[in-house]
Amino acid sequence: MIRDITIGQYYPADSVIHKLDPRVKLFGVVIYVISLFTFRGIWGFLLVTLALAAMIKISKVPFRFMVKGLKAIVIILIITAMFNLFLTPGETLVTIWKIKITKEGLKSAVFMAIRLIYLILGTSTLTLTTTPNQLTDGMEKAFRPLNHIHVPVHEVAMMISIALRFIPILVEETDKIMKAQIARGADFESGNLIKKAKAMVPLLVPLFISAFRRANDLALAMEARCYNGGAGRTKMKPLKYQKADHISYLVILGYLVIVILMRVLL
Amino acid sequence: MNFIEARKLVHEYIRRDEEGNVEGIDTALDGVDLDIKQGEFIAVLGHNGSGKSTLAKHLNVLLQSSGGTLWVDGKDTTDEANVWDIRKNAGMVFQNPDNQIIASVVEEDVAFGPENIGIPTDEIWKRVENSLKSVGMIQYREHSPNKLSGGQKQRVAIAGVMAMEPKCIVLDEPTAMLDPNGRKEVLDAVEKLNKEKGVTVILITHYMEEVIRADRVYVMDKGKVVMQGTPRSIFSQVDILKSYRLDVPQITLLAHELRKSGMDIPEGILTRQELVDALCRLY
Repeated sequence: MIRDITIGQYYPADSVIHKLDPRVKLFGVVIYVISLFTFRGIWGFLLVTLALAAMIKISKVPFRFMVKGLKAIVIILIITAMFNLFLTPGETLVTIWKIKITKEGLKSAVFMAIRLIYLILGTSTLTLTTTPNQLTDGMEKAFRPLNHIHVPVHEVAMMISIALRFIPILVEETDKIMKAQIARGADFESGNLIKKAKAMVPLLVPLFISAFRRANDLALAMEARCYNGGAGRTKMKPLKYQKADHISYLVILGYLVIVILMRVLL
Repeated sequence: MNFIEARKLVHEYIRRDEEGNVEGIDTALDGVDLDIKQGEFIAVLGHNGSGKSTLAKHLNVLLQSSGGTLWVDGKDTTDEANVWDIRKNAGMVFQNPDNQIIASVVEEDVAFGPENIGIPTDEIWKRVENSLKSVGMIQYREHSPNKLSGGQKQRVAIAGVMAMEPKCIVLDEPTAMLDPNGRKEVLDAVEKLNKEKGVTVILITHYMEEVIRADRVYVMDKGKVVMQGTPRSIFSQVDILKSYRLDVPQITLLAHELRKSGMDIPEGILTRQELVDALCRLY
């Protein structure tokens, strides 16, 4: 049950996007998200759709695999659409009892839903084509200038990659503790919400204790292997821009220019 | 000077109550003397709470002593300036394989140590390849550590230490969480490093069978070194070992009991073959 949770799932494939430098992909996603929330009208919508379709096509990740990610946001999607639908003032279309549906409300509900769906699809192309390690490496390097204002960029990146490494271990451990407690008569399934929450205590306490013990061991092991923060560290796989990365930067910038022009002119 | 030399090494854990007042002092190491030469295979044997893990942590300066002196590779461990040098030269492998693997890909984990000490990229690739080969894990270089068995994970951890090219490797009960197969894999890898690369090995354990491979054994009890010598001379003293709550290997025990019941068998039989030979000589 608990094993179904997957965070930052990676879909291995041999595509141009998979091989791009993670910094390029991060930059591309940021630009894409900006364009997503600034476009207006049908032409803007077409442009963003085209960009998304091209991204998915080049990434070689099957479309149905991406759609899986949408399941998680169905509820948020419905709530957002409802709010937009019922609470936007304007020209009334239909009135049901006390609730009015307006023309503007309908329009903004549809666009909001599309924006959210596109947001998930677009950002999941990033996580599906980039391994978590590449992603943290990319972030570490892209945000390095923040070091000057005392943001511990390397440490944060290290924490993220260690967290990612320990997710499967802790999930397995949760499973183990759960089974051990069930064997001793613990009941995680029945009862109302409060009862279920209370039943989690004998699961969470051992899990936390073991997580702290692991953290302690890991810190010792890292220290024993001369880990001393980011200063003076070299990399086995340093990030280097290739030709494809430069071209992609140009393509992304071109896209940005078109988005700005459309916003200004149309 | 020996590679590792300890004189009257003391370590005290101070127990405090909630207000920070001293409740009591546990002496984990109580005047330990060690003399370990470069290239030796040393086993440190002891029951739970004998202070053997504390000793291991001192060799890597993860702990500082409360008294006495310890030199590793000619450097005094109490001097702050030596800490990183000593850690580079005395690698350490811990008990739980899961809690010492940092990266999510085998080769990147092996590279973690060399990255920390600032080795150039090309050299890192060479070292990672060599050390993965030396523990026989090269075919798993792109795997996730989560999918490996305990013995394999532990061999990756050893490769990670080897990639830093230390002169000495301290293994703190590396096989305690492994099945017999994994235990053999790990020990074979360690023995190979010792014999082929001349790496000094200090193996902390409470499994008697693992001790047989060592050149010399230190037996610890209550923070003191109570016996030292070759595995054969240690295992000839079955009754003394028992008083330290340690068991000898079954073959040794069998030979000891046979001897006690009047058979003319030498003390300190370590392997099945030796016992067979000794028995054949009787008739």
